[in-house]
Amino acid sequence: MYDVLIIGCGVVGAATAMELSRYKLSVAVAERENDVAVGTTKANSAILHAGYDPKPGTVMARLNVRGSQLAAEYCQKLDVPYRRCGSMVLAFSERDMETLGVLLDRGNRNGVPGLRILTGDEARQMEPELADTVLGALWAPTAAIVSPWELCLALAETAVKNGAELKLCTAVTGLERAEDHWRIHTNRGILEARYVVNAAGVDSDTVHDMAAPHDFDIRPSRGEYYLLDKAEGGRVNTVVFQCPSEKGKGVLVSPTVHGNLIVGPNAEASPKHDESTTAGGLDFVRETAKLSVPGVNFGQSIRNFAGVRANAGLDDFIIRIAAPGFLDLAGICSPGLTSAPAIGEYAAELLQGDGLRLEKKEHFEFHRRRIRFKELDEESRRELVSRDPAYGRVICRCETVTEGEILACFHTPIPPVSVDGVKRRTNAGMGRCQGGFCAPRVVELLSRELNVPAGEIVKDRAGMKILFEETKEVRGDV
Amino acid sequence: MYELIVIGGGPAGLAAACEAWDAGLRRILIVERDKTLGGILNQCIHNGFGLTYFKEELTGPEYAHRFTQLLAKTGVEVRTDTMVLRITPDRRVHMTGPSCGYRIEEASSVILAMGCRERTRGAIGVPGARPAGVFTAGAAQRYVNVEGWMPGKRVVILGSGDIGLIMARRMTLEGAKVLACVEVMPYSGGLTRNIVQCLEDYKIPLYLSHTVTDVLGRDRVEKVIVSRVDENRRPIPGTEMEFACDTLLLSVGLIPENELTAAAGIRMDPRTKGAAVYENMETSLPGVFACGNVAHVHDLVDYVTRESQRAGAAAARFVLNGPAAGEEIPVENGPGVSYTVPQRVRPENVDKSLGIFFRVNRIFGRSRICVEAEGREVCGFDRERMAPGEMESVTVPKKLLAGVKGGLTVSVREVEK
Repeated sequence: MYDVLIIGCGVVGAATAMELSRYKLSVAVAERENDVAVGTTKANSAILHAGYDPKPGTVMARLNVRGSQLAAEYCQKLDVPYRRCGSMVLAFSERDMETLGVLLDRGNRNGVPGLRILTGDEARQMEPELADTVLGALWAPTAAIVSPWELCLALAETAVKNGAELKLCTAVTGLERAEDHWRIHTNRGILEARYVVNAAGVDSDTVHDMAAPHDFDIRPSRGEYYLLDKAEGGRVNTVVFQCPSEKGKGVLVSPTVHGNLIVGPNAEASPKHDESTTAGGLDFVRETAKLSVPGVNFGQSIRNFAGVRANAGLDDFIIRIAAPGFLDLAGICSPGLTSAPAIGEYAAELLQGDGLRLEKKEHFEFHRRRIRFKELDEESRRELVSRDPAYGRVICRCETVTEGEILACFHTPIPPVSVDGVKRRTNAGMGRCQGGFCAPRVVELLSRELNVPAGEIVKDRAGMKILFEETKEVRGDV
Repeated sequence: MYELIVIGGGPAGLAAACEAWDAGLRRILIVERDKTLGGILNQCIHNGFGLTYFKEELTGPEYAHRFTQLLAKTGVEVRTDTMVLRITPDRRVHMTGPSCGYRIEEASSVILAMGCRERTRGAIGVPGARPAGVFTAGAAQRYVNVEGWMPGKRVVILGSGDIGLIMARRMTLEGAKVLACVEVMPYSGGLTRNIVQCLEDYKIPLYLSHTVTDVLGRDRVEKVIVSRVDENRRPIPGTEMEFACDTLLLSVGLIPENELTAAAGIRMDPRTKGAAVYENMETSLPGVFACGNVAHVHDLVDYVTRESQRAGAAAARFVLNGPAAGEEIPVENGPGVSYTVPQRVRPENVDKSLGIFFRVNRIFGRSRICVEAEGREVCGFDRERMAPGEMESVTVPKKLLAGVKGGLTVSVREVEK
């Protein structure tokens, strides 16, 4: 019997698990997939929003601003790539200027520090590549960029280090209320917990309905993106938004913490797990982005991707005790990534309110470091390679990721089981050749470290096998 | 301190190092990131290599072996499993490898021979789902020929570059069904002989002026949608064809791998995506040379060899005799030509003749290649047929360059039958 079982290990589930792992509780996280961070968490704009978007007085507004502060602290403590680069919302018309005024007012009421309206020229002084048509901008110095999957990983790893149990490939199929606890039916048998937390992202409505009367629907909306080569990474220095509409925060142009440029998203209603891109969607993203930053060179695109937002069509997150011992963390649309650390904190508070006893552990391990060969200076590289020659062998040439770094991630609290899992942990395959050179070598390393044949290695989710069978010659079938 | 460091031990690096040794250099180092020399030739187990240079038909590994044998007779030092991370303008080469550690070597001259990489799905923006089963043709080639694994059983190939064509045949021979090769241009990007030997001989249809407009499948590719494109390469609605397949291979172009080059501040040519080079393959940084696919993408290794020998000899001359001298003139592409290599020439420094490589920008029937200076033809060459997928080369005798001012232009025009 667990004290708490969390369903879903995206950034919200991970943040909640980490928060609860501070206390003397038995905590488990059930994740349907073979890794953490593989839903909405891995495919979004990778922005930590300042907090001027949510309506004042909402839980969303409070958690956004609080989350933005906590994320900065967590990223620093847990070695997650993070950069407070600030953001601008651009205005192209008088009507847009009015919108900026509304956003400024909201931001001030939400307690967002440092907001300021810039003139077009001031904006262009800060971002020389902005279009001449920009009339003004809302400057938010506390907006930041982050590696979303690494934030999720860091939170989940910290939870595991502090005693939480991560159950991968465990899909919840039903919830059954027993006298004073929940029986959680999964594809791998029944689990029991006194409290259940619904952090199931785009499936949070389905999970909710297992425990409480139906009262909301997730209406997923897909956002498509371009990721551009590092050659374009310096095109802008801050996150450049356009004015938000009812569809969302609009198309942004932003640097990434990995040095690339991200452009997107659009917003189209979509099935729950449809991460496809479309020619029309990508055209829209390209054309719209050029209104903000005309010089973006899409010839430098290295990847398109799409993510699905867990929209519930409301102005606020759905965070509440929905049934005895059952907490919804649902409808976590944007700014969900930013809010996640604060959602975790708030979740603990709500569970406490529902009778969960929170008693701090004497020792909470809140520290994480990983070696990033690429970022080391010459002397440290020399020292590292002489200590462990595997750090001298470059596997991913585009991102300069060494074998040592890849081997090291097999010894972390949540080791990878897929090529993309290695990518999320080390950046191998994230570069301009998109794994063309390194994927076969990563497959070889996975096969060796997991002790399974190369044919069993998957690209990402279970079922995404890369290879079919050995060639005739190898099979001795010639 | 080395006289020459060659970055890359593929066909370009091997030929350059051997030539530099023959020209008198004695302290030469080849740095190769893979565990063996030979570069991409090691996974090219098909034949057709060496017809021009050796006048016989070799496989990729055999071609590489010829040069590693030559190299073994020299005193050239080789460091495999070692990757160069940085070159400074004063020719200090930062490298890392499990045996040599992280170290910096100084060199009197450097030859860049890092080859190229494949364009990816992201670079050409193929929309659709992102399941397993989408590979660049070269990665698939490595899986099949080096790792011994089949990456698919029912295959569609996008792009008719040579590696894609070769893989169409290879996958077929290994028991896969190749359903189609799809090319967005109205002509193939590969060598004619590969179209014949790899597609036609196996009755694999080639769809010209078509492209992949959607990829379906959640975990694994389940089908791809292929549409005809108009003259602006935009898909034409209503022309969709559906192919049920498990694998999509991409053979949509190669890009010289010049991150080191650009970071060293060397002048690049946006047309070739390689360094802009002089007649002797020297870059804008004196004493640094570039050859092979890192300078511009070749379709025949034989030409890589010739070009790299030129670079090797020039590096030796730079070290032994000092920098090349003389006025320089540009070589520009006129109508019908998409790029030239070299991009600049110092006529005084030309040996006996000036070799110019170039590609045409469309299919040409019977036509004449003109090398002009100030509107006057310096020399001309006739061809029966030219295609963008086949690199052309012409040789201009040195004596014709005397007195040329203002630059050379290479152009192509069709001639009446």
